[in-house]
Amino acid sequence: MLRQRQTHGGQNDIKRGKNVSMETDIISTVEFNSSGELLATGDKGGRVVVFQREQESKSQPQRRGEYNVYSTFQSHEPEFDYLKSLEIEEKINKIKWLPQQNAAYFLLSTNDKTVKLWKISERDKRPEGYNLKDEDGRIRDPSTITSLRVPVLQPMDLMVEATARRVFSNAHTYHINSISVNSDLQTYISTDDLRVNLWNLEITDRSFNIVDIKPANMEELTEVITSAEFHPQHCHTFAYSSSKGSIRLCDMRQAALCDKHCKYFEEPEDPSTRSFFSEIISSISDVKFSHNGRYLMTRDYLTVKVWDLQMENKPLETYQVHDYLRGKLCSLYENDCIFDKFECVWNGSDSVIMTGSYNNFFRMFDRNTKRDVTLEASRENSKPRAILKPRKVCVGGKRRKDEISVDSLDFSKKILHTTWHPQENIIAVAATNNLYIFQDKVN
Amino acid sequence: TLTLRTQRHSTTLTKMAGADGDDSLYPIAVLIDELRNEDVQLRLNSIKKLSTIALALGVERTRTELLPFLTDTIYDEDEVLLALAEQLGNFTMLVGGPEYVHCLLPPLESLATVEETVVRDKAVESLRKISQEHSPVDLEVHFEPLVKRLASGDWFTSRTSACGLFSVCYPRVSSTVKAEIRQHFRTLCSDDTPMVRRAAASKLGEFAKVLELDYVKSDIISLFTALASDEQDSVRLLAVEACVSIATLLPQEDLETLVMPTLRQAAEDKSWRVRYMVADKFSELQKAVGPEITKNDLVPAFQNLLKDCEAEVRAAAANKVKEFCENLPEDNREQIIMTHILPCVKELVSDTNQHVKSALASVIMGLSTILGKDNTIEHLLPLFLAQLKDECPEVRLNIISNLDCVNEVIGIRQLSQSLLPAIVELAEDAKWRVRLAIIEYMPLLAGQLGVEFFDEKLNTLCMAWLIDHVYAIREAATCNLMKLVEKFGADWAQNTIVPKVLGMANDPNYLHRMTTLFCINALSDVCGRDITTKQMLPVVLKMSEDQVANVRFNVAKSLQKIGPVLEKITLQNQVKPVLDKLATDKDMDVKYFAHEALSGECLPYEYS
Repeated sequence: MLRQRQTHGGQNDIKRGKNVSMETDIISTVEFNSSGELLATGDKGGRVVVFQREQESKSQPQRRGEYNVYSTFQSHEPEFDYLKSLEIEEKINKIKWLPQQNAAYFLLSTNDKTVKLWKISERDKRPEGYNLKDEDGRIRDPSTITSLRVPVLQPMDLMVEATARRVFSNAHTYHINSISVNSDLQTYISTDDLRVNLWNLEITDRSFNIVDIKPANMEELTEVITSAEFHPQHCHTFAYSSSKGSIRLCDMRQAALCDKHCKYFEEPEDPSTRSFFSEIISSISDVKFSHNGRYLMTRDYLTVKVWDLQMENKPLETYQVHDYLRGKLCSLYENDCIFDKFECVWNGSDSVIMTGSYNNFFRMFDRNTKRDVTLEASRENSKPRAILKPRKVCVGGKRRKDEISVDSLDFSKKILHTTWHPQENIIAVAATNNLYIFQDKVN
Repeated sequence: TLTLRTQRHSTTLTKMAGADGDDSLYPIAVLIDELRNEDVQLRLNSIKKLSTIALALGVERTRTELLPFLTDTIYDEDEVLLALAEQLGNFTMLVGGPEYVHCLLPPLESLATVEETVVRDKAVESLRKISQEHSPVDLEVHFEPLVKRLASGDWFTSRTSACGLFSVCYPRVSSTVKAEIRQHFRTLCSDDTPMVRRAAASKLGEFAKVLELDYVKSDIISLFTALASDEQDSVRLLAVEACVSIATLLPQEDLETLVMPTLRQAAEDKSWRVRYMVADKFSELQKAVGPEITKNDLVPAFQNLLKDCEAEVRAAAANKVKEFCENLPEDNREQIIMTHILPCVKELVSDTNQHVKSALASVIMGLSTILGKDNTIEHLLPLFLAQLKDECPEVRLNIISNLDCVNEVIGIRQLSQSLLPAIVELAEDAKWRVRLAIIEYMPLLAGQLGVEFFDEKLNTLCMAWLIDHVYAIREAATCNLMKLVEKFGADWAQNTIVPKVLGMANDPNYLHRMTTLFCINALSDVCGRDITTKQMLPVVLKMSEDQVANVRFNVAKSLQKIGPVLEKITLQNQVKPVLDKLATDKDMDVKYFAHEALSGECLPYEYS
């Protein structure tokens, strides 16, 4: 049973009585770190906001587990590529946390072209005492300097700083759609429409192209890469999904270039449901390995599929996300919604999966009980700590109470990005410029 | 930052104006304050002068005030931290000598845990250095606990740093502490994070070197075997490096049972990166395991690497062909090469990957000295010739650049028939970098082929490069001429190249006219005073009338350049009037360079 926990963002607009939010505030990615203590969001304005979970406090027990802003920084700025006359948006496409290596936290953020490694660190001491000036900053008369002072570190209010440690640029001709850190903690991949590049986290002037599907003649292009991810444990394995609905698994041990895959996952098309939109809706928008590394989950326009790595010819499980849209594909094509890229996530034990839909709805599927639920992320319908009510979309026939008809769904309110706490049942859902955090049970 | 600097200058001035503080303190006070300046360059500057600060503070205050401050200064930029880590390695005397050297441990310990690898490595390097200055007692009381703290730290950054410190304290501590150190190293070899396992694997060899042989056999071998079969190939490949040191330490009779199973497994690893590492370290491995095992095991392993399915591995192995063959036991070296290695080499000549072919081409010529004249002519020559005709220019270049080895064995005549077309083709390659590369080999080739062959076949090429449309080629071509003259002498220059170079002074293209000047700049020295004065100078002087300003100011530059070669009287009577005239030229740059030449370093005496 999920309860509303917190909402971030957008509040100011409501207080000021206007309901328009800045385009740049739209959240474009959301990601928990490996301990779940931190949560990062990136937005269209190139900003990254990091939230930290409050530690237990006796005075305010109800605040335990609340996520509060820890650090906000501008990760990317708009740029212009003068050679190609192209504007490069500052929008953060993906954020990936690195496993913690010392007291500081590290994350990778990327826009269309450039990946950056950020360090977020705390500082609680400040040096004090100068030789050449006094406490108020006034310059001292040099003749009065008769002894040397070594600065002393004094405690100060905690300060959180974000510093760009590395900038990985100039390696992508097309738009970066995903980044993924290897379990060897030494390398990561960045993926654009046609290529996958392998980087060493410490080296910015060189990357290795490991997959290149660019045809010699661009007119023969039939397929693009939509997403790629490393296996959580096997450092040599990664998977990438394509716009044709297939997933390729590559083994980096076999060869330096991974143009040849070692496994190819694809479901044969059902001729009876074939339509003009078949190819578009089968395009995979996200691929994720399960935490245990046995399964792959993919999201296409209407379904989420779970694949067993040992079975290439069909998915193990298929879940309908919003099958009621099948009849509306034509209008969804006309308003471009059919090209929306929904992401999907596993819960910590790989037993439940979550993905987004329209009208600020998001869906959860329990793989064991086969039960599914539709929930809504909305400020109007839920107060803090309220239990989320399952929502239902009515399909034809009579509309029952509490049901919402397909025609009244708001397609401008879409939930594309969600993330699940790595151990606990806490989820974060990005709905345009709002971030909702829901928690299983609140003490 | 700017305002801060200005402030500093103004205070300096007030001070100079007459204050009576302690004069020696002021610069130190500035240095100390700048340890926390906003400008990273000033901080860096202060850190680099840390010894000056410490000296001024004295050993006592350095220990009690400066070092505690530095211990907490780990928020700074990497370059500042790097400089700090380095400084502290040389700080022993500044804290009061070996007796107090342990005071340096806290700041270095905190630097050894930062996330930046170069800083950590430098901190470890300094710790290793000062460990030698610890007395055996201090080593156990202060240093060894630090190693333990790092080894059991929460973050892998500290544990990776610990890996580099075991080998320096182990030889100097008691046997109980030794046992603890071995235990710590064992733990880190099976650490959860691959970073630490990699650090341990990369230090395994050096740790093995300081261990007693019994422990090498019992402890190190099992760790080595475990790391070499780690699930992460980035760890396994580092074990290959350790293999070299371990094999060197063990007596020959133990190698077969203790090392070879692991090495064989690595040579056939599923991951190409591990096999690449084996290929890359092959010569070292070969030396470490000795001739017998080489014959029985490494020869077939090497054959497999040369035939590997991954081009990167084949290229790495191809690179080692010469060294491997050279180090084979002499008694049956020729037989092994002819029957086992050469067939693989032949296949590599027509490999599908050009990196493999060019790796081979860079070493294959070396085989001729090992195999002798007859084998070279019969077996290697066809391969050289095939590579000289390879479609990839890099392959051809690599062959040409190593001609000297063959020259010694069979003489270059055998090759010259095929050499010439190959050189001509490279000389005219569409890529200017290829042309540049072949130009650079010209002096070498000229030396090998002799002046006759050169005049007959290559001279035209060398002159043609002078009018290449790429500046870098023209520039390299002038430099090439100079080297040729160094080889063949001034007489040769006067007869073959000087007339052609000077002829270009009348070319309608001003770029070619300038090339004449560049050539003269390069050649005047090697050609000597006579040729310079009689043949080159008149041409240069005449060019001062050129209608293109670029030519004219290059005349000024040339005159400055060749001045030292000329006689005083020539300078006075011929050069100076021309420069004087150029100094009143309507073009600004011409004027500038004429003045430069007139006041140039080599001329002031003559002209003043």
